[in-house]
Amino acid sequence: MFEEFTWDFIVGHMNYWLFIVLMMTGLYIVVARGNLVKKLVGLNIFQTSVFMLYISMGKITGGTAPIFPTDMKVDPDVIYSNPLPHVLILTAIVVGIATTSLALALIVRIREEYGTIEEAGLLEIESAIARADNKIHGEAMGGRA
Amino acid sequence: MATDVSHGAATAADHAHVALTLVDHLPVLVILVPFMAAPLIVLIGSRGLAWPIAFAASIVSTVVSFLLLMQVIDGSVISYHLGGWAPPLGIEYRVDAANAFVLLLVSGISTVVLPYARTSVAAEVPKRQHTLFYTAYLLCVTGLMGVTVTGDAFNVFVFLEISSLSTYVLIAQGSFRDKRALTASLDYLMMGTIGATFFVIGIGLLYMATGTLNMADIADRIAEQGSNRTVRSAFAFIVVGVGLKVAIYPLHLWLPNAYTFAPSAVTSFLAATATKVAIYVLMRFIFTVFQPGFPFAVNTLFYIIVPFALLAMFAASFIAIFQSDLKRMLAYSSIAQIGYILLGIGFLSETGLTASIVHLFNHGVTKAALFMGVGAFVLRAGGSFYDRLPGLGRSMPLTSAAMVIAGLSLIGVPGTAGFISKWVLVQAALELNWWPIALMIVASSLLAVVYVWRMVEILYLMAPADDKFHVQEAPMSMLIPLWIMALGCIYFGINTDLTMSAATTAAQGLLGEPAVMAGH
Repeated sequence: MFEEFTWDFIVGHMNYWLFIVLMMTGLYIVVARGNLVKKLVGLNIFQTSVFMLYISMGKITGGTAPIFPTDMKVDPDVIYSNPLPHVLILTAIVVGIATTSLALALIVRIREEYGTIEEAGLLEIESAIARADNKIHGEAMGGRA
Repeated sequence: MATDVSHGAATAADHAHVALTLVDHLPVLVILVPFMAAPLIVLIGSRGLAWPIAFAASIVSTVVSFLLLMQVIDGSVISYHLGGWAPPLGIEYRVDAANAFVLLLVSGISTVVLPYARTSVAAEVPKRQHTLFYTAYLLCVTGLMGVTVTGDAFNVFVFLEISSLSTYVLIAQGSFRDKRALTASLDYLMMGTIGATFFVIGIGLLYMATGTLNMADIADRIAEQGSNRTVRSAFAFIVVGVGLKVAIYPLHLWLPNAYTFAPSAVTSFLAATATKVAIYVLMRFIFTVFQPGFPFAVNTLFYIIVPFALLAMFAASFIAIFQSDLKRMLAYSSIAQIGYILLGIGFLSETGLTASIVHLFNHGVTKAALFMGVGAFVLRAGGSFYDRLPGLGRSMPLTSAAMVIAGLSLIGVPGTAGFISKWVLVQAALELNWWPIALMIVASSLLAVVYVWRMVEILYLMAPADDKFHVQEAPMSMLIPLWIMALGCIYFGINTDLTMSAATTAAQGLLGEPAVMAGH
């Protein structure tokens, strides 16, 4: 299974290795960081890594930018890169921006309501609320939350 | 875009196929109407007009979905070429029995929830948010329907994100009752985005392997080239990505908080539709794109999906028993019910898949009714914690009775919709001779008896709270939608023509049986 991992294979797929490193970095930040804004930055890195994957796959060796000359006289010898992944990623970038702005808006509201954007602080406040709920509503019914 | 010019000739030649009458445009109208109505609400900006526009758009979508289902219930397939660009280059909307059925579920639930939402949202969300609330609601409907109707893999992602982004907004609207809605929404946003990004990676890998984004075309090319590492990793990424949206058991963490803290109308709509649409996407990819013969998919289903489905059925039901909040209890019950649907998919048989599709519909109706009842309790009794509810069977008889009917359907008592789907599911298990699983389905239903009985006991058998706070019956605008859903639970449990025939045709279509066979 590992015999195909030659030096050429590793160097030849450099962009894919970088994609994976970037993706894992992003995912790690989302999981490991306590600050919500930092988590969001991690999420952004994670999403951006996928743009690299798509753009890598659209690249054709020796290919140029996929723009036809204005007179539409296309030289059949010219190789063009595949434009479709670029277009797809344009859509994904828009989605990413929408997600980021919505998340930032939510973080602002969380800051207003809780007074903190640190995950540990938020969890503490929420478990205090849950305990209080439990005390008022749970014990009255002989149950627990 | 300059690149499209080279295909100009092909499109012109295809103009003969381009639909000209309104009926032929139904597949796009079903999403175009809510999609255009959403910005219209913002542009008009009138609070009084927001709800009527949303309701009208939702009714049009329901009628269109119904017409579509009637066209394809015999097993035929409608292929609509968006903008006249022929697939596989253009985006194709492909309607068959499976997605027409899901379209009807989404638009139908949306139409019934809206009249309910008018009162419920007025009570739970401040007035200045109402126009934007209905805009987000319609965008969510659009996204869910778009995911369902499209035959283009990347289009699924775009619509999935439209629905998800509006869902995050809708859940956050619960923050005016409980600030925890904000963190619930952000949690869902983080997990949902990771899921959607996994899904995009999967589609990217599929594009690398096949060079196309049209689902039918991808399926053909995978069948030609067989299984390879790129296709296998694409499958894994797609299953995990969509699995986050489905809330497959270990990926369910966003669901309980999101359902508990969202406004009641939003919870009833989402519980009935959002996870169901994600399950449809999962089915579409497993059965249409990857084909059941794809051995990696079969192993994934058997060794990963089925055990997790069984775990969900028991663990989530067990957690539900110990809740002290009715709304949170129902959220956990949803996770358990998703387990049944996944189990049906895991059987990989026509009966199993039929059971999944019927349960998808029946559980949608049942859960919508239950969460609507919760909303009525929140409005009149001021909360959904159990200690708020004792004796409400007397002061809110109509709401409580509807809750009991829907609760029976949740258990799967004969005569209700829930019974039909569980019956078919047990049949599917016995067909494969997996009788221990059949027993487990029955055993986990007994757990449902426990948590539903707890609700009945509190509503009817316990004395009202000491403070004798005066509780009125819920207003008509909430009772009528609630009872439509509750009667739906009974109707679809007695008359199974529509649900069973649509689900059987859909299952046959998904498993790739010839269309001639369908309709029996």
